[in-house]
Amino acid sequence: MNNNNKDEKTLTPQQPDSEQILQSAAQEEYKYGFVTDVDTHVIPKGLNEDVVRLISRLKGEPEWLLEFRLKAYRYWLTLKMPTWGHVTLPEIDYQAISYYAAPKKKEDAPKEIDPEVKKTFDKLGIPLEEQMRLSGMAVDAVMDSVSVRTTYREKLAELGVIFCSISEAVKDYPDLVKKYLGSVVPYTDNFFAALNSAVFSDGSFVYIPKGVRCPMELSTYFRINAAETGQFERTLIVADDDAYVSYLEGCTAPMRDENQLHAAIVEIVVEDRAEVKYSTVQNWYPGDKDGRGGIYNLVTKRGLCRGDHSKLSWTQVETGSAITWKYPSCVLRGDYSTGEFYSVALTRNRQEADTGTKMIHLGKHTSSTIVSKGISAGHSQNSYRGMVKIAPKAVNSRNYTQCDSLLLTPTSGAHTFPVIEVGNDSSVVEHEATTSKINEDQIFYCNQRGISTEDAVGLIVNGYAKEVMSKLPMEFAVEAQKLLSISLEGSVG
Amino acid sequence: MSALQQYIDLYNEHRADLNGHAPDALNALRPEAFAALQGAVLPKRGTEDYEATDLEAIFAPDYGVNINRVAFSADQAGTFRCDVPNLSTCLYFFNNDIFMPGRTARMNPNNPVVVESFVEAQQRHPQLLKQYLGTLADLSKPEVALNTLLAQDGLLIYIPKGVTAEKTIQVVNIFNASQPLMAMRRVLIVADEDAHVRVLACDHTQISDVQYLNSQVVEIIAKRGATVDYYDLEESTAHTSRVSSIFVDQAEGSNVLVDGITLLNGRTRNDYYVQVNGEHAETHLLGMTIASGTQHVDNHTFLSHNAPRCKSNEMFKYVINDEAVGAFAGKILVKPDCPRVEAYQGNRNICASSTAKMYTKPQLEIYTDDVKCSHGAAVGQLDEEALFYMRTRGISEAEARHLLMQAFVSDVIDGVRLEALKDRLYHLTEKRFSGTLSLCNVCGSAADCSKLDIIK
Amino acid sequence: MLEIKDLRASVEGKEILKGINLTVNAGEVHAIMGPNGSGKSTLSAVLTGNPAFTVTGGSVVFNGKDLLALSPEDRAHEGLFLSFQYPVEIPGVSMVNFMRAAINEKRKYFGEEPLSAADFLKLMREKRSIVQLDNKLASRAVNEGFSGGEKKRNEIFQMAMLEPKLSILDETDSGLDIDALRIVAHGVNTLKTANNASIVITHYQRLLDYIKPDFVHVLYKGRIVMSAGPELALELEEKGYDWIKEMHPEL
Repeated sequence: MNNNNKDEKTLTPQQPDSEQILQSAAQEEYKYGFVTDVDTHVIPKGLNEDVVRLISRLKGEPEWLLEFRLKAYRYWLTLKMPTWGHVTLPEIDYQAISYYAAPKKKEDAPKEIDPEVKKTFDKLGIPLEEQMRLSGMAVDAVMDSVSVRTTYREKLAELGVIFCSISEAVKDYPDLVKKYLGSVVPYTDNFFAALNSAVFSDGSFVYIPKGVRCPMELSTYFRINAAETGQFERTLIVADDDAYVSYLEGCTAPMRDENQLHAAIVEIVVEDRAEVKYSTVQNWYPGDKDGRGGIYNLVTKRGLCRGDHSKLSWTQVETGSAITWKYPSCVLRGDYSTGEFYSVALTRNRQEADTGTKMIHLGKHTSSTIVSKGISAGHSQNSYRGMVKIAPKAVNSRNYTQCDSLLLTPTSGAHTFPVIEVGNDSSVVEHEATTSKINEDQIFYCNQRGISTEDAVGLIVNGYAKEVMSKLPMEFAVEAQKLLSISLEGSVG
Repeated sequence: MSALQQYIDLYNEHRADLNGHAPDALNALRPEAFAALQGAVLPKRGTEDYEATDLEAIFAPDYGVNINRVAFSADQAGTFRCDVPNLSTCLYFFNNDIFMPGRTARMNPNNPVVVESFVEAQQRHPQLLKQYLGTLADLSKPEVALNTLLAQDGLLIYIPKGVTAEKTIQVVNIFNASQPLMAMRRVLIVADEDAHVRVLACDHTQISDVQYLNSQVVEIIAKRGATVDYYDLEESTAHTSRVSSIFVDQAEGSNVLVDGITLLNGRTRNDYYVQVNGEHAETHLLGMTIASGTQHVDNHTFLSHNAPRCKSNEMFKYVINDEAVGAFAGKILVKPDCPRVEAYQGNRNICASSTAKMYTKPQLEIYTDDVKCSHGAAVGQLDEEALFYMRTRGISEAEARHLLMQAFVSDVIDGVRLEALKDRLYHLTEKRFSGTLSLCNVCGSAADCSKLDIIK
Repeated sequence: MLEIKDLRASVEGKEILKGINLTVNAGEVHAIMGPNGSGKSTLSAVLTGNPAFTVTGGSVVFNGKDLLALSPEDRAHEGLFLSFQYPVEIPGVSMVNFMRAAINEKRKYFGEEPLSAADFLKLMREKRSIVQLDNKLASRAVNEGFSGGEKKRNEIFQMAMLEPKLSILDETDSGLDIDALRIVAHGVNTLKTANNASIVITHYQRLLDYIKPDFVHVLYKGRIVMSAGPELALELEEKGYDWIKEMHPEL
């Protein structure tokens, strides 16, 4: 929405009727759809043991990690792609994808970043220089399969905070990686987790030592650039006793007619009294208005609240991807541990999102909160899928779930699939869900006060999502709000 | 051998006998049922929508099937009067799965309402059976196909156009056999245009230490402007299993209420499939479960709104005690181009002991934007504050709990559209909560208790 | 009638009552006043046996019986009544069933036959008029959808039904307009006899214009720091609770 235009618009005597506005599906171009012209090293398409070995060799990995990858690969061969999601995921030809792509470094200056790569991140608004302006945020920038730069590493290291790419962590902190990698999401977890474990490329590694509050927001920016490749990022965050960190993740990709696969794993371990906030603004290329192209975003994210009084909070704003399939989850093993999930998922055109969370209560007095807001426009399908499980020993546990769906067009769909299992008599679980059309009285009220229908829808949707947006760190919240408005522009207001 | 195979083999051996006893309309369905069962497997625990229940295990025991229509203790059913006080009903008895023509308090023969066993209907109204039987039952469900494969009789209820069945029609199903038995029960209800009917079905088991399995398929067709109330009350024993599938088809302006109540049982799985095909139709789907000991009650509902401007209200309540297990899985589907649908689905549960288990999965699948749909599910306990408040007024803790549990289920009972039955249900739940509910209480006639004792 | 000696109680490990001493005789009205958080409501909760509170010391004797050893319902049967500050809503339980259960359990406790339905309804009608409680309210679920005033009138109605020996009125004036206050006070005064007694817990003097106390106690930080005649309430009204705080800097 552009507030400066407001007066101008209200002068227009003929307002497009709301139906028309709601129906004209997303004409707004995807802002991040450009391609970077950079010399890229892409390995041949296809997947077999040799490819797994090649990736491991290119990354200079130790033997144990190659073994881990091979075990995962062999297990993956025994699996079939799951079909239970409420999405129309086509058969994916895993031999038609290249599993490793990296921007080439200049031979004479291997430490320097290619100016084209730097320009890309500048254009995306991601600073690769340690600027004063954004000194509150350290960035790990990942393009295709490799991390190109991690800022503020040294400054963070003074506090004992480790923030680097996972490839570097394998070399520099092998014991930590070995201890935690696969401890929350084992490679046997599911089809895509097995695939990722076999071919994962880069991602971030974060370790916050005992008693340290990380003084800046840590963030990773993922960019897919190369064509016909997949991105298989892997992120591992460990917060030791009494530690705190807020971590942000952002993602974009160029516009291409082919679908591209993104199958990530995020693992988080939270020890005694530690707290991790994980925020995502997912804006992968969603495909065009007819559903051509776009990213298949098939992600396994899970955190283990291992310590007593530990806390893990997921916040996600999902506007991108042709197909999204992700359930950031919390395993609440520590007594008095807390899990939270706040989500806004906006789908338009032919996008399909099947997202939600799992809250597995194992410890005593554990509590979890789920707030999910789905917004469906165009011909899209938007599903909430969730599980709340209270184990018999998780006495005095609580869950509250609220999931609302807003339908902006008659041709879109909104679905709610929660599962609740309660195994004791001292716990309370509540689930409430509503599905409704955008309120016409509210639009009319805005119209009467001189606000165009387009702006009114934007206002109402942002108000509707506010509860979740307010959980994002400040800078991100502003971005996310803009993103939501841009995504609605032309399509609904 | 899979649980299904033993019954398929039985069918292969006794095909001629089965067909010989049963009406043509039923026999005509068997080939398709047989074909559907080829390669079919019964859902195991963990299959989608079977989070808590293992049908394979329920069908696994070697139950007898009364192929040769042996009359088990035929007289005994006669001693069993089943009546809701102040509710004058027409009574129809099934002993296991055999219709007891001599024991009925039938509808006046001049009444245009048809209530006949399938075997009787074969003689008098074969066209009705032929036209409607099996039109809703979904043979892709193995348990429904199995029932269709082996059923030999059932009850037809037909209300002609514009007719109101004044008296409630009551179907009394009794298990009484000296050895493990599977009963294949079947009910077909057709309410023609602007017809109105109320049906109360109740399940009883008279011998408490023998294993029984009730396989039931009910088809309810409500045509334009028709009203159908179907109350289904189970009060059986720890050794009785029940697998019931109720199919409903609603036309324009029809109003259907289905209410499933489980007071005492062993293992029960109830499936409700409702297709709302006409505009301005209204659906009420209610359920109440009170489970203790090792009772297992699983209700699954699927309500599909296929037409605009319809209303549905669904509410299932469970009180789970001891080591009992409760499960609920419900889905409301609103198809594309069905504006102005208003649907509510609720599932509220109380776990009253630390070993009680509750699974719930309320689902909405909506493909039209101009709708009002919501659902809510909660698992919790009795309100501690209310308990204390009552105790300060001198009400004992046990009594206070009873009152609160009674209050908890009261809105489901209040949904009953039959005053006498409502009162009766209040009385029954009170007795159930205080642990004094026994065999003869359900249908109420204290006068016959002594005779029942002799049977036992 | 009631003798409280050095009563101590805590909630979630935090001590709220730090040694209460109070004697109430038949025919007396005691007012307990004090600033917010002084322990007034905790005292009423502990006397009626709310399981959320733990008694950590002291004794309470009620008509010769060890009150603390009794269950909440037996305390009620023995004649202890609490008018709740926030009466609890109990959806689905009708007032009639609720009161009938309360009356009949009490009768059972004393070895009496349950009241017949006709006698019970007659009793309801009779007592309802004392607080002008509408018949419609009496047929609804307990406190559900009642206004603040209706809830408080309902409390006094229940008091009339159960004829307690000792009534504790916990902030009965909170949330009441002046007319409702008059009705409630009239109800309480009507029920007063030489054989029963009341403890009126209140923050303000206002209620005491309508229900005249014989004694006024000031509760502060879990102790009774001052006891006197009705004039104390007026003095408190004039000087405010800061006066008490200044007098007891050691607390």
